[in-house]
Amino acid sequence: MTLTLSHVLFFLFALMVLGGAIAVVTVRNLFHAALWLMLVFFGMAGLYVLLEAPFFAAAQLFIYMGAIGILIIFAIMLTRAFMRQPMPRANEQWWLAALLAAVLLGVIVFLTLRVGLGEVVNARPVPEHTIQILGVTLVDPEGYALAFEVASVLLVMALIGAVTIVRER
Amino acid sequence: MLAQFTFVGLLFLVAALLGILPPALAWLLRPKKPHPRKSEPYECGFYPHGEAWVQYKAQYYIFALAFLIFDVEAVFLFPWALIYNWLPLYAVIEGVLFLLLLLGALLYAWRKGALEWA
Repeated sequence: MTLTLSHVLFFLFALMVLGGAIAVVTVRNLFHAALWLMLVFFGMAGLYVLLEAPFFAAAQLFIYMGAIGILIIFAIMLTRAFMRQPMPRANEQWWLAALLAAVLLGVIVFLTLRVGLGEVVNARPVPEHTIQILGVTLVDPEGYALAFEVASVLLVMALIGAVTIVRER
Repeated sequence: MLAQFTFVGLLFLVAALLGILPPALAWLLRPKKPHPRKSEPYECGFYPHGEAWVQYKAQYYIFALAFLIFDVEAVFLFPWALIYNWLPLYAVIEGVLFLLLLLGALLYAWRKGALEWA
């Protein structure tokens, strides 16, 4: 197997994701952890590009790196206690987090072994115009039309909830 | 597909260089005479006081959350808008319903004064 540009890029983005994730849980300053998390989001977007899913890559950049990253940073800057001094790296719930991470890893390994690594590597080629196909299935009543409208309701609920919480303060 | 992203990659590279090169050049060319006054943040002639780590107003959070919600809305609408010309009428109505629901939420937030900077 020859080393192509996509391999190099894959290892670069994988390093970005894994290194960033390790930094998120090891740095003592919560604000810096949020910045590292944004690097993880960027690496994920790069991996989506390599998987030939440009729409997911763009959504990852816009929503996770752009909006959620900023949201987390604002949430941290709102809480004075976190800004004052560096926090200890682990809290009382570390064992629960470790358990959940181990279970998730187990599920991923199980599914990969069940499907077979060869199947994953030699997956079907990605069709052209994926975004157009996604658009058709989103509004197709036999596709995801209901989920599409429910997503709108969910967003409305999130905004009303946020407004209510801020008003009650 | 990957070839189309060459330009995106180049753009990221140029953007990173634009950020890195000027300070790097300045670091190379500058005379090195450190002074505590020089390392203070520049505040238009004022002496900076207090810490840089200050608590932010809660309103920043609601603005970021509103941005997140309409960001997600844009991502959902993009595939729909891309095939707008080929859609049957009911699919257009579905998209309009999606938009109207969120417009209602926006009007609610506006009415409740969540968009005012208090």
